[in-house]
Amino acid sequence: MSAEISNTDGPLNSRTWEIDREEGRTVQGLKDASVEPLAEPFIQVPDDLQGNLVVTSVDALINWSRKAALWPVTFGLACCAFEMIATAMGRFDIARFGMEAFRASPRQADLMIVAGTVTWKMAPAIQRIYDQMADPKWVISMGVCATSGGPYYGSYSVVPGVDHIIPVDVYVPGCPPRPDALLFGIMELHEKIKKYRNMGKNARPPISEQVTRQVTQLDDGVPSSSTNSQGNP
Amino acid sequence: MPVQTLTGEDLAQRLSEGVPASVERWEDEVVWVEASKVEDVARFLRDDSSLDFQFLNAISAIDLIEYFDVVYHLTSFRLKHSAVIKARVHGRESLSVPSVYNVWRGADFQEREVWDLMGVQFEGHPNMKRIMLWEGFEGHPLRKDFL
Repeated sequence: MSAEISNTDGPLNSRTWEIDREEGRTVQGLKDASVEPLAEPFIQVPDDLQGNLVVTSVDALINWSRKAALWPVTFGLACCAFEMIATAMGRFDIARFGMEAFRASPRQADLMIVAGTVTWKMAPAIQRIYDQMADPKWVISMGVCATSGGPYYGSYSVVPGVDHIIPVDVYVPGCPPRPDALLFGIMELHEKIKKYRNMGKNARPPISEQVTRQVTQLDDGVPSSSTNSQGNP
Repeated sequence: MPVQTLTGEDLAQRLSEGVPASVERWEDEVVWVEASKVEDVARFLRDDSSLDFQFLNAISAIDLIEYFDVVYHLTSFRLKHSAVIKARVHGRESLSVPSVYNVWRGADFQEREVWDLMGVQFEGHPNMKRIMLWEGFEGHPLRKDFL
Protein backbone atom coordinates (compact mmCIF):
# COMPACT_ATOMS: atom_id res chain seq x y z
CA MET A 1 0.00 0.00 0.00
CA SER A 2 1.51 3.24 -1.06
CA ALA A 3 -1.15 5.62 0.19
CA GLU A 4 -0.82 7.23 3.58
CA ILE A 5 -3.12 8.85 6.07
CA SER A 6 -3.09 12.51 5.24
CA ASN A 7 -2.68 15.02 8.05
CA THR A 8 -5.40 17.35 6.91
CA ASP A 9 -8.38 18.06 9.10
CA GLY A 10 -11.71 16.41 8.65
CA PRO A 11 -13.33 13.15 9.60
CA LEU A 12 -11.11 10.08 9.71
CA ASN A 13 -12.82 8.43 6.76
CA SER A 14 -11.93 11.29 4.44
CA ARG A 15 -8.30 11.15 5.57
CA THR A 16 -8.00 7.39 5.06
CA TRP A 17 -9.95 7.51 1.81
CA GLU A 18 -6.90 6.80 -0.37
CA ILE A 19 -5.98 3.72 1.66
CA ASP A 20 -9.53 2.43 1.72
CA ARG A 21 -9.94 2.90 -1.99
CA GLU A 22 -6.65 1.15 -2.71
CA GLU A 23 -7.65 -1.75 -0.48
CA GLY A 24 -11.04 -1.88 -2.15
CA ARG A 25 -9.38 -2.00 -5.58
CA THR A 26 -7.12 -4.85 -4.49
CA VAL A 27 -10.05 -6.85 -3.15
CA GLN A 28 -12.27 -6.15 -6.15
CA GLY A 29 -9.40 -6.86 -8.54
CA LEU A 30 -8.73 -10.21 -6.91
CA LYS A 31 -12.44 -11.02 -6.95
CA ASP A 32 -12.75 -10.18 -10.64
CA ALA A 33 -9.61 -12.16 -11.51
CA SER A 34 -10.55 -15.27 -9.49
CA VAL A 35 -13.43 -16.71 -11.45
CA GLU A 36 -12.02 -20.19 -12.01
CA PRO A 37 -10.45 -22.41 -9.35
CA LEU A 38 -6.72 -23.07 -9.62
CA ALA A 39 -5.34 -26.46 -10.54
CA GLU A 40 -3.76 -28.80 -8.04
CA PRO A 41 -0.19 -27.68 -7.38
CA PHE A 42 3.06 -29.58 -7.87
CA ILE A 43 6.54 -29.14 -6.59
CA GLN A 44 9.12 -26.74 -7.93
CA VAL A 45 12.15 -28.09 -9.79
CA PRO A 46 15.03 -25.82 -10.78
CA ASP A 47 15.20 -25.43 -14.55
CA ASP A 48 18.82 -26.54 -14.85
CA LEU A 49 18.05 -29.80 -13.06
CA GLN A 50 14.82 -30.60 -14.82
CA GLY A 51 15.16 -33.69 -16.99
CA ASN A 52 18.84 -34.13 -16.20
CA LEU A 53 18.80 -36.25 -13.10
CA VAL A 54 17.12 -39.43 -12.00
CA VAL A 55 17.82 -39.94 -8.31
CA THR A 56 14.95 -41.97 -6.98
CA SER A 57 16.38 -42.99 -3.63
CA VAL A 58 17.24 -39.38 -2.87
CA ASP A 59 13.67 -38.52 -3.84
CA ALA A 60 12.40 -40.95 -1.26
CA LEU A 61 14.67 -39.53 1.41
CA ILE A 62 13.75 -35.94 0.63
CA ASN A 63 10.05 -36.75 0.52
CA TRP A 64 10.25 -38.65 3.78
CA SER A 65 11.96 -35.77 5.53
CA ARG A 66 9.41 -33.34 4.13
CA LYS A 67 6.43 -35.35 5.23
CA ALA A 68 7.85 -36.15 8.66
CA ALA A 69 8.27 -32.53 9.70
CA LEU A 70 5.48 -30.60 8.05
CA TRP A 71 5.28 -27.30 9.88
CA PRO A 72 1.94 -25.50 9.57
CA VAL A 73 1.63 -21.75 9.63
CA THR A 74 -0.38 -20.33 12.54
CA PHE A 75 -3.48 -19.30 10.68
CA GLY A 76 -7.15 -19.67 11.51
CA LEU A 77 -10.14 -17.86 10.05
CA ALA A 78 -13.27 -19.14 11.75
CA CYS A 79 -14.71 -21.95 13.87
CA CYS A 80 -12.61 -24.56 12.00
CA ALA A 81 -9.60 -23.00 13.69
CA PHE A 82 -10.79 -24.36 17.03
CA GLU A 83 -10.84 -27.86 15.64
CA MET A 84 -7.36 -27.23 14.27
CA ILE A 85 -6.25 -26.09 17.73
CA ALA A 86 -7.85 -29.19 19.24
CA THR A 87 -5.90 -31.27 16.73
CA ALA A 88 -2.71 -29.70 18.04
CA MET A 89 -3.60 -30.39 21.68
CA GLY A 90 -2.72 -33.50 23.68
CA ARG A 91 -5.81 -35.57 22.95
CA PHE A 92 -5.29 -35.75 19.20
CA ASP A 93 -1.64 -34.72 19.33
CA ILE A 94 -0.46 -33.51 15.97
CA ALA A 95 3.08 -33.87 17.38
CA ARG A 96 2.93 -37.52 16.39
CA PHE A 97 3.49 -36.31 12.84
CA GLY A 98 6.29 -33.92 13.71
CA MET A 99 3.86 -31.05 13.18
CA GLU A 100 3.53 -29.55 16.65
CA ALA A 101 5.51 -26.46 15.69
CA PHE A 102 2.86 -24.05 14.40
CA ARG A 103 5.10 -21.35 13.01
CA ALA A 104 4.24 -17.72 13.53
CA SER A 105 6.09 -16.77 10.36
CA PRO A 106 5.12 -18.05 6.92
CA ARG A 107 8.82 -18.11 6.04
CA GLN A 108 9.33 -21.04 8.38
CA ALA A 109 6.22 -22.98 7.46
CA ASP A 110 5.50 -25.37 4.62
CA LEU A 111 1.84 -26.17 5.24
CA MET A 112 -1.07 -23.79 5.30
CA ILE A 113 -4.29 -25.11 6.84
CA VAL A 114 -7.00 -22.76 5.61
CA ALA A 115 -9.39 -23.25 8.53
CA GLY A 116 -12.60 -21.35 8.00
CA THR A 117 -14.66 -19.04 5.81
CA VAL A 118 -12.59 -17.01 3.37
CA THR A 119 -14.07 -13.61 2.64
CA TRP A 120 -13.00 -11.48 -0.30
CA LYS A 121 -11.66 -8.87 2.06
CA MET A 122 -9.42 -11.51 3.67
CA ALA A 123 -8.38 -13.02 0.33
CA PRO A 124 -5.44 -10.68 -0.44
CA ALA A 125 -3.98 -11.39 3.00
CA ILE A 126 -4.25 -15.16 2.46
CA GLN A 127 -2.65 -14.87 -0.94
CA ARG A 128 0.17 -12.81 0.53
CA ILE A 129 0.84 -15.32 3.31
CA TYR A 130 0.86 -18.10 0.74
CA ASP A 131 3.30 -16.19 -1.45
CA GLN A 132 5.56 -15.58 1.53
CA MET A 133 5.88 -19.29 2.28
CA ALA A 134 8.96 -20.88 0.80
CA ASP A 135 8.69 -23.69 -1.77
CA PRO A 136 7.91 -26.52 -1.38
CA LYS A 137 4.58 -25.66 0.22
CA TRP A 138 1.24 -27.35 0.63
CA VAL A 139 -2.28 -26.22 1.39
CA ILE A 140 -5.08 -28.06 3.16
CA SER A 141 -8.55 -26.62 2.70
CA MET A 142 -10.29 -27.38 5.99
CA GLY A 143 -14.08 -27.40 6.15
CA VAL A 144 -16.77 -26.76 3.57
CA CYS A 145 -16.40 -22.96 3.71
CA ALA A 146 -12.78 -23.02 2.60
CA THR A 147 -13.51 -25.81 0.12
CA SER A 148 -16.50 -24.36 -1.73
CA GLY A 149 -17.97 -21.51 0.26
CA GLY A 150 -20.15 -24.04 2.08
CA PRO A 151 -23.33 -22.48 3.46
CA TYR A 152 -22.17 -19.12 2.10
CA TYR A 153 -21.84 -20.34 -1.48
CA GLY A 154 -23.01 -17.59 -3.80
CA SER A 155 -22.66 -14.89 -1.17
CA TYR A 156 -21.52 -11.43 -2.16
CA SER A 157 -18.63 -11.44 0.28
CA VAL A 158 -17.38 -15.05 0.49
CA VAL A 159 -14.83 -16.69 -1.80
CA PRO A 160 -16.45 -19.77 -3.44
CA GLY A 161 -13.57 -22.01 -2.41
CA VAL A 162 -10.08 -20.97 -1.39
CA ASP A 163 -8.79 -22.73 -4.53
CA HIS A 164 -9.90 -19.62 -6.40
CA ILE A 165 -7.01 -17.70 -4.89
CA ILE A 166 -4.40 -20.30 -3.90
CA PRO A 167 -3.85 -23.88 -5.14
CA VAL A 168 -5.09 -26.56 -2.74
CA ASP A 169 -3.61 -30.05 -2.23
CA VAL A 170 -6.10 -31.71 0.10
CA TYR A 171 -9.74 -30.87 0.84
CA VAL A 172 -11.19 -31.88 4.22
CA PRO A 173 -15.01 -31.71 4.25
CA GLY A 174 -17.03 -31.09 7.40
CA CYS A 175 -18.63 -28.21 9.23
CA PRO A 176 -16.32 -28.05 11.02
CA PRO A 177 -14.38 -31.28 10.46
CA ARG A 178 -13.50 -33.16 13.63
CA PRO A 179 -9.80 -33.36 14.51
CA ASP A 180 -9.87 -36.98 13.29
CA ALA A 181 -10.91 -35.74 9.86
CA LEU A 182 -8.16 -33.16 9.77
CA LEU A 183 -5.63 -35.79 10.85
CA PHE A 184 -6.87 -38.02 8.04
CA GLY A 185 -6.41 -35.15 5.62
CA ILE A 186 -2.89 -34.60 6.91
CA MET A 187 -2.10 -38.30 6.46
CA GLU A 188 -3.47 -38.15 2.92
CA LEU A 189 -1.17 -35.21 2.29
CA HIS A 190 1.73 -37.29 3.63
CA GLU A 191 0.89 -39.98 1.10
CA LYS A 192 0.80 -37.37 -1.60
CA ILE A 193 4.15 -35.92 -0.60
CA LYS A 194 5.68 -39.39 -0.62
CA LYS A 195 4.74 -39.78 -4.28
CA TYR A 196 6.37 -36.58 -5.45
CA ARG A 197 9.12 -36.93 -8.00
CA ASN A 198 11.35 -33.95 -7.58
CA MET A 199 13.79 -34.70 -10.37
CA GLY A 200 14.02 -36.71 -13.54
CA LYS A 201 11.87 -36.98 -16.62
CA ASN A 202 8.55 -37.18 -14.86
CA ALA A 203 9.14 -34.28 -12.52
CA ARG A 204 6.24 -31.90 -12.20
CA PRO A 205 6.45 -28.35 -13.52
CA PRO A 206 7.21 -25.66 -10.96
CA ILE A 207 4.41 -24.21 -8.89
CA SER A 208 5.18 -20.70 -9.97
CA GLU A 209 4.41 -21.58 -13.61
CA GLN A 210 1.05 -23.05 -12.75
CA VAL A 211 -0.46 -20.77 -10.23
CA THR A 212 0.50 -17.30 -11.34
CA ARG A 213 -2.57 -15.14 -11.33
CA GLN A 214 -2.36 -11.59 -12.49
CA VAL A 215 -4.51 -9.35 -10.38
CA THR A 216 -6.01 -6.77 -12.65
CA GLN A 217 -6.32 -3.41 -10.99
CA LEU A 218 -9.53 -1.56 -11.58
CA ASP A 219 -9.31 1.64 -13.53
CA ASP A 220 -9.08 4.88 -11.66
CA GLY A 221 -12.73 5.50 -12.22
CA VAL A 222 -15.25 7.53 -10.37
CA PRO A 223 -16.25 5.77 -7.16
CA SER A 224 -19.64 4.14 -7.36
CA SER A 225 -22.70 6.10 -6.45
CA SER A 226 -22.98 4.37 -3.08
CA THR A 227 -19.53 5.55 -2.05
CA ASN A 228 -20.03 8.98 -3.55
CA SER A 229 -22.86 9.77 -1.24
CA GLN A 230 -20.50 9.51 1.72
CA GLY A 231 -19.21 12.94 0.88
CA ASN A 232 -15.67 11.77 0.31
CA PRO A 233 -13.35 13.72 -1.97
CA MET B 1 -34.63 -8.93 39.21
CA PRO B 2 -35.70 -9.04 35.59
CA VAL B 3 -35.29 -6.09 33.26
CA GLN B 4 -38.58 -4.31 32.62
CA THR B 5 -39.33 -2.92 29.17
CA LEU B 6 -40.87 0.53 29.37
CA THR B 7 -44.24 0.87 27.65
CA GLY B 8 -44.43 3.06 24.59
CA GLU B 9 -47.05 5.29 26.15
CA ASP B 10 -44.99 5.96 29.26
CA LEU B 11 -41.82 6.53 27.29
CA ALA B 12 -43.54 8.79 24.74
CA GLN B 13 -44.95 10.93 27.53
CA ARG B 14 -41.59 11.35 29.21
CA LEU B 15 -39.87 12.03 25.90
CA SER B 16 -42.32 14.70 24.80
CA GLU B 17 -41.75 16.46 28.12
CA GLY B 18 -37.96 16.22 27.88
CA VAL B 19 -37.51 16.92 24.19
CA PRO B 20 -40.43 18.94 22.75
CA ALA B 21 -41.96 17.76 19.46
CA SER B 22 -39.73 14.71 19.26
CA VAL B 23 -42.30 11.91 19.37
CA GLU B 24 -43.98 10.80 16.13
CA ARG B 25 -46.11 8.00 17.54
CA TRP B 26 -45.88 4.99 19.82
CA GLU B 27 -47.00 1.39 20.02
CA ASP B 28 -46.88 -1.30 22.73
CA GLU B 29 -43.20 -1.01 23.62
CA VAL B 30 -41.84 1.14 20.82
CA VAL B 31 -41.60 4.87 20.33
CA TRP B 32 -40.97 6.44 16.94
CA VAL B 33 -39.10 9.71 17.24
CA GLU B 34 -38.38 12.43 14.70
CA ALA B 35 -35.30 11.33 12.75
CA SER B 36 -33.79 14.82 12.99
CA LYS B 37 -33.99 14.79 16.80
CA VAL B 38 -32.40 11.41 17.45
CA GLU B 39 -29.30 12.85 19.08
CA ASP B 40 -31.24 15.15 21.42
CA VAL B 41 -33.53 12.29 22.38
CA ALA B 42 -30.53 10.03 22.98
CA ARG B 43 -28.84 12.58 25.21
CA PHE B 44 -32.04 13.06 27.20
CA LEU B 45 -32.53 9.31 27.60
CA ARG B 46 -28.98 8.93 28.87
CA ASP B 47 -28.86 11.94 31.20
CA ASP B 48 -32.36 12.00 32.69
CA SER B 49 -32.06 10.42 36.16
CA SER B 50 -35.43 8.66 35.97
CA LEU B 51 -34.52 7.05 32.62
CA ASP B 52 -30.72 6.68 32.94
CA PHE B 53 -30.07 4.66 29.78
CA GLN B 54 -26.31 4.36 30.11
CA PHE B 55 -26.09 1.36 27.84
CA LEU B 56 -26.79 1.08 24.12
CA ASN B 57 -27.52 -2.57 23.35
CA ALA B 58 -27.71 -2.34 19.61
CA ILE B 59 -28.39 -0.18 16.61
CA SER B 60 -30.06 -1.90 13.70
CA ALA B 61 -32.13 -0.97 10.70
CA ILE B 62 -35.16 -2.46 8.95
CA ASP B 63 -35.85 -2.11 5.25
CA LEU B 64 -39.59 -1.56 4.86
CA ILE B 65 -39.42 -0.75 1.11
CA GLU B 66 -40.87 2.78 1.25
CA TYR B 67 -38.90 3.72 4.33
CA PHE B 68 -36.24 2.48 6.75
CA ASP B 69 -36.57 2.18 10.51
CA VAL B 70 -33.39 2.68 12.50
CA VAL B 71 -33.82 0.85 15.81
CA TYR B 72 -32.08 1.66 19.09
CA HIS B 73 -32.22 -0.81 21.97
CA LEU B 74 -31.34 0.73 25.31
CA THR B 75 -30.88 -0.60 28.83
CA SER B 76 -30.41 0.99 32.22
CA PHE B 77 -28.43 -1.22 34.56
CA ARG B 78 -29.17 0.94 37.60
CA LEU B 79 -32.96 1.13 37.15
CA LYS B 80 -33.19 -2.29 35.47
CA HIS B 81 -35.38 -1.25 32.59
CA SER B 82 -35.00 -1.16 28.83
CA ALA B 83 -36.52 0.68 25.91
CA VAL B 84 -36.83 0.53 22.14
CA ILE B 85 -36.60 3.73 20.11
CA LYS B 86 -37.11 3.90 16.35
CA ALA B 87 -36.42 6.61 13.83
CA ARG B 88 -38.12 6.45 10.45
CA VAL B 89 -36.37 7.77 7.33
CA HIS B 90 -38.27 7.87 4.05
CA GLY B 91 -36.95 7.09 0.60
CA ARG B 92 -34.14 4.85 -0.59
CA GLU B 93 -31.35 7.25 -1.54
CA SER B 94 -29.18 9.53 0.61
CA LEU B 95 -30.83 8.60 3.87
CA SER B 96 -29.47 10.26 6.96
CA VAL B 97 -29.95 10.12 10.73
CA PRO B 98 -27.94 12.09 13.33
CA SER B 99 -25.18 10.02 14.87
CA VAL B 100 -25.36 9.09 18.55
CA TYR B 101 -21.60 8.52 18.66
CA ASN B 102 -21.16 11.45 21.04
CA VAL B 103 -23.78 10.05 23.40
CA TRP B 104 -22.79 6.38 23.43
CA ARG B 105 -19.28 5.66 22.14
CA GLY B 106 -20.36 2.08 21.40
CA ALA B 107 -22.40 3.39 18.47
CA ASP B 108 -19.23 3.79 16.41
CA PHE B 109 -19.00 0.37 14.75
CA GLN B 110 -22.74 -0.29 14.81
CA GLU B 111 -23.53 2.84 12.84
CA ARG B 112 -20.81 1.93 10.37
CA GLU B 113 -22.34 -1.52 10.03
CA VAL B 114 -25.79 -0.06 9.38
CA TRP B 115 -24.27 2.18 6.72
CA ASP B 116 -22.35 -0.72 5.20
CA LEU B 117 -25.21 -3.20 4.96
CA MET B 118 -28.33 -0.98 4.85
CA GLY B 119 -27.11 2.30 3.43
CA VAL B 120 -28.34 4.67 6.12
CA GLN B 121 -25.87 7.48 6.82
CA PHE B 122 -25.20 8.84 10.29
CA GLU B 123 -24.47 12.53 10.28
CA GLY B 124 -21.76 13.67 12.68
CA HIS B 125 -20.09 10.27 12.87
CA PRO B 126 -16.30 10.78 12.86
CA ASN B 127 -15.49 7.85 10.56
CA MET B 128 -18.50 7.08 8.38
CA LYS B 129 -17.21 4.39 6.03
CA ARG B 130 -17.81 0.74 5.28
CA ILE B 131 -16.77 -1.60 8.06
CA MET B 132 -17.00 -5.14 6.69
CA LEU B 133 -17.12 -4.86 2.94
CA TRP B 134 -14.45 -3.21 0.88
CA GLU B 135 -14.46 0.27 -0.56
CA GLY B 136 -15.93 0.13 -4.05
CA PHE B 137 -18.49 -2.57 -3.28
CA GLU B 138 -21.69 -1.86 -5.18
CA GLY B 139 -24.81 -1.43 -3.10
CA HIS B 140 -25.83 -2.38 0.41
CA PRO B 141 -26.40 -6.12 0.71
CA LEU B 142 -29.06 -6.33 3.44
CA ARG B 143 -31.48 -4.14 1.52
CA LYS B 144 -34.53 -5.85 0.11
CA ASP B 145 -33.67 -4.82 -3.45
CA PHE B 146 -30.08 -6.08 -3.35
CA LEU B 147 -29.18 -8.72 -5.97
